Amino acid sequence: MPPQKVGAETRIVQFTNCRILRGHTLLREDLWIRGGRILDPEKLFFEEKRSADEQRDCEGHILAPGFIDVQINGGFGVDFSLPSEDVGSGIALVAKNLLAYGVTSFCPTLVTSPPDIYHKVLPQIIVRNGSSQGAGVLGVHLEGPFISHEKRGAHPESHLRTFETDAFQELLKTYGSLDNVAIITLAPELRRSYEVIREITSRGICVSVGHSVSHLREAEEAVQNGATFITHLFNAMLPFHHRDPGIVGLLTSDQIPPGRQVFFGMIADGIHTNPAALRIAHRAHPKGLVLVTDAIPALGLGNGRHTLGQQDVEVDGLTCCVAGTKTLCGSVAPLDACVRHFLHATGCSVEMALEAATLHPAQLLGIEKQKGTLDFGSDADFVVLDDSLNVKATYIAGELVWQDKTLSH
Amino acid sequence: MRLVILDNYDLASEWAAKYICNRIIQFKPGQDRYFTLGLPTGSTPLGCYKKLIEYHKNGDLSFKYVKTFNMDEYVGLPRNHPESYHSYMWNNFFKHIDIDPNNAHILDGNATDLQAECDAFEKKIEEAGGIDLFVGGIGPDGHIAFNEPGSSLVSRTRLKTLAMDTILANAKYFDGDLSKVPTMALTVGVGTVMDAREVMILITGAHKAFALYKAIEEGVNHMWTVSAFQQHPRTIFVCDEDATLELRVKTVKYFKGEH
Repeated sequence: MPPQKVGAETRIVQFTNCRILRGHTLLREDLWIRGGRILDPEKLFFEEKRSADEQRDCEGHILAPGFIDVQINGGFGVDFSLPSEDVGSGIALVAKNLLAYGVTSFCPTLVTSPPDIYHKVLPQIIVRNGSSQGAGVLGVHLEGPFISHEKRGAHPESHLRTFETDAFQELLKTYGSLDNVAIITLAPELRRSYEVIREITSRGICVSVGHSVSHLREAEEAVQNGATFITHLFNAMLPFHHRDPGIVGLLTSDQIPPGRQVFFGMIADGIHTNPAALRIAHRAHPKGLVLVTDAIPALGLGNGRHTLGQQDVEVDGLTCCVAGTKTLCGSVAPLDACVRHFLHATGCSVEMALEAATLHPAQLLGIEKQKGTLDFGSDADFVVLDDSLNVKATYIAGELVWQDKTLSH
Repeated sequence: MRLVILDNYDLASEWAAKYICNRIIQFKPGQDRYFTLGLPTGSTPLGCYKKLIEYHKNGDLSFKYVKTFNMDEYVGLPRNHPESYHSYMWNNFFKHIDIDPNNAHILDGNATDLQAECDAFEKKIEEAGGIDLFVGGIGPDGHIAFNEPGSSLVSRTRLKTLAMDTILANAKYFDGDLSKVPTMALTVGVGTVMDAREVMILITGAHKAFALYKAIEEGVNHMWTVSAFQQHPRTIFVCDEDATLELRVKTVKYFKGEH
């Protein structure tokens, strides 16, 4: 082949000596990238008759799709629910620091807040692709204020709301705009919730049930009206009861509309969920399990007192409580640590553990054609992991955006 | 001919791979001097391909100046179908070595004008200076490539309807469903392979024993098209013990050098 000037967009990079997660298995295959997307090398060989411009040796490591966190309240001192003048910088700081945890896309989460905060903060959070500057923003996760009083957890009581009066309009008035919103968590036992759920999902926004005292029947009805997610399973909901499993019963419900499935978030930080409970949930419905961090601003900062929305939070090791109480208040375990904990606690396969942080959240958001897999044509957001699933390097759109200092290449 | 008998499949595969490797290296291929190799598919050559890949990964063998011509391809099967011969060659060989994609030739079973595709293939072989070494296998019905019983022994690259034996043998690759197996293929002719300067036929397994017997101990016959190579000046048959089960003891002893 005669030497040719290859532009960045057409440059073909072949990652060799690696195992890639594809088709639910770890395969001994090379990963080919071009123009920020995963390339089909067979098609390239036979149709374009081209080879790679560059080969990169991955030293036998695992290549997995970049991790996706659909519930994260802040980190590194940044609180997404704080009405700052420059929310964008906060998002950017978190996005940049998340790269070290293998996270390539996330949903900034806002806890229960008064309407003026939503009106100030939401317009400043834009859906955007990841880059060397940081992980991509998939859209905002609004957790509250339309939640149960009894199961509010760390959410401030004074700002809880219902949509009895105006249903969806109430929701719209509270939030201001739904333009960059990806997920809304609400309690389905609130009156008129089903019509609200229908309206929200018709706009392509995912509805999650959580912070709720609903029984299984109500939760099933919510799903039939369009809800597809459960916010941090087990936490902030009625406990499983054998005659009324509550929201937990959705994992094995036979009332799910055909062709749809319910996903459920799990905080696998070793604090929020007992390993036995993690195993029960995993075994009951493995394909629906989505690992989330529910991380708070103290993520990455260590022990001490921090804030979350309108609340003060005390952090000790991995445990975060509303200051002066024993009420759990988010987590400081990074997503890659959750993947490792999940793997050990459940004894599941490496593939399943990885898919819980990649494929499943992508499927929840309906973006599995671009994110969450290493299928041909999808975005080249991926992580290089060692056999213990420690992050060695992070790539977004085929570009190296973070690297463990000890890695050679 | 030469008949090389190895104890088992792995040794036969290794012997064949070493032979090909040495041929290429001794040829000293370069910028203006390509080594042309004819290649088969199927289960028999898999071990040989694995060995060749190993030699390449060890740094002992480069395919940079090698041109390859595959024997055949199904008609009507999408190129990226897992059972197409394009998929086979990509997964089992091409993706592991340093061959230039422009030099890897496989017949296109989805060409609009199939005969023109075959003619063009013959031309490409001619333009490459002919084949230095054509590696092939043998079907249970004694066919070489898809030159089914009854094929002309001087045939050229063309469209062929597959024999029932072949379709049955291939069913295992299509979920055991006969209706899914392609019924036609493009194939190099017996004459095309006979034109090669050297031919190496790989035959392993007891199920090929009868075909081998017919091919080398009986006469040249268009019902067992591999028998045509009795009239080629430089052919090697590489087998394992099982493939020799239908041969006369005298033949085997002669070629093992035991007398």
